Amino acid sequence: MNSGSHYDVAIIGAGLSGLAAGIRLAHFGQRVCIFERHNAVGGLNGFYSIKGRKFDVGLHAVTNFVPPGTKGTPLGKLLRQLRLDRDELDLCPQKVSRVAFGPAGEIALRFSNDWTLLESEVAGHFPRAAPAFRALVEWVRGHPLAGAGSGASARAFLRDRLGEPVLEDLLLCPLMFYGSARENDLELDQFAIMFRALYLEGFARPLGGVRPLLRVLLDKYRAAGGERRMACGVRRIVAAAGRAEALILDSGETITATHVLSSIGAVETAALLAAPEETVESARADEGAAPATAASPVGAGPGRRLAFVETIAVLDRPPAALGWGDETIVFFNETERFDYAPPTLPVDVRSGIICFPNNFEYGPGRALAEGSVRCTCLANYAAWAGLEEGAYRAEKQRWFDRIQASAQRFLPPGQPPDGLARATVATDMFTPRTVERYTGHREGAIYGSPVKHPDGATALANLHLCGTDQGLLGIVGAMLSGIAMANRHVLAAGAGAAA
Amino acid sequence: MTKDECKQVVLDIIADIAPDEDLTNVKPDVRLRDQLQLDSMDFLDIVMELRKRHGIEVPEADYLHLASLDSCADYLTPKFDALAAKR
Repeated sequence: MNSGSHYDVAIIGAGLSGLAAGIRLAHFGQRVCIFERHNAVGGLNGFYSIKGRKFDVGLHAVTNFVPPGTKGTPLGKLLRQLRLDRDELDLCPQKVSRVAFGPAGEIALRFSNDWTLLESEVAGHFPRAAPAFRALVEWVRGHPLAGAGSGASARAFLRDRLGEPVLEDLLLCPLMFYGSARENDLELDQFAIMFRALYLEGFARPLGGVRPLLRVLLDKYRAAGGERRMACGVRRIVAAAGRAEALILDSGETITATHVLSSIGAVETAALLAAPEETVESARADEGAAPATAASPVGAGPGRRLAFVETIAVLDRPPAALGWGDETIVFFNETERFDYAPPTLPVDVRSGIICFPNNFEYGPGRALAEGSVRCTCLANYAAWAGLEEGAYRAEKQRWFDRIQASAQRFLPPGQPPDGLARATVATDMFTPRTVERYTGHREGAIYGSPVKHPDGATALANLHLCGTDQGLLGIVGAMLSGIAMANRHVLAAGAGAAA
Repeated sequence: MTKDECKQVVLDIIADIAPDEDLTNVKPDVRLRDQLQLDSMDFLDIVMELRKRHGIEVPEADYLHLASLDSCADYLTPKFDALAAKR
């Protein structure tokens, strides 16, 4: 594995963006190595097993789903750029989803992979806003796919366009939950990208969850000649003369690379630049110890980071058997206005996401072996980070029950009322602490820093960002981010240099 | 190399990078962009594949020569011939 100390490109992090970048670069003959601190690939879209049961961390659904033959879409670009056959991804479309507001979800809009459903729901519930909504959709359709990152407020834009605060919040709720790093708002370009990804395109899931997808990427990467070092992160980036001169690995080795692509986040990358020269006892045990300095070349970025908890209940029957219908994803919020911000309590159970992995169209004879329900809510990182182990476990148990109880208010009444408890055969829960521990993303911030870096540039000429803090989010977005940054900073630059 | 052979080289590359495109009736004198759904990422890939498979370098300033199959053939055939002469 350790076949040398210089690479054309070193990639930090084996998540979806790092793997996609690696495939592109290796395909075009670059000598590439991916360095991953964890012992498994996937990053924020990883997986784990407990007692032989497989769990996904990030993936609820792949967004940007379009039927075969739909061209010029993010999914189509992704398949072309990675030379993937669409069938390899086994994307199975959702059934139907819903965003529901009010104490028991009285105000609701349903949407599916058939765009006309949401269109008619809006027309039915908000007839006065229907023309403005149609104009908004035209604006989204005409908006460039690669957002420039203007920093403008989607909320202000919608207020101005729709003049209907409840509709504004209903539309924003799923988009924020699935990809806003910004409190109570969404960057405008990001809004257009997410609106298209969730509403105009749609949701899908491979039967096997995120694992088969990662397997496809790894096989591609390996076949193209890419190398990877697992359980071996980058401890420090040595900068000199405006360049990333060397990388010091967790193992203590030093390697060099013509280009460095970092998928670990802007602040996290800055911390590697600021890391002390003397050997850190264990970078792994030291998460969060090296603060990003104000003088850091990458820049930390202001604003609070958004973190989440998720409960997972494995069931002995499909969720539909509990009287819950066959909805795929339900976004809920108990009031008419939606508050998307880090809570003061450990968890904000007022709003959240319910995901039923069983409720995708897997095709005849194909179904998940067990039922499950996942509930995701906003969380307070600090409240979880400071707990000692015993208290942490107790808090998890306490909030698990509260989260499930809150979420159930937005589902049809279960049959019998205690059906969920009786059907549950296993549970698990992850917190911002879990996410930080396994992914290295500060404060478990799944969507990264509120400040994005669309061009991936840093103050170091050969160090580039991809992934979460570059700005594209979701499964397809993450991969496109790696692709776009590999193209822009390495492949196109190389093609130009050859001139 | 004949110009027809050169066009086939380009078509083979497009078939690999955009397998969802129907290439049976590509008109040689019409811009590729106007008859196929190819974006700037795809054109970068045509350039990259020409280099990877055939050792042909296309500087960025010359990308406009890749607009149609005819212009590709006019521009690339001498490059293929020059490369063959060197071997």
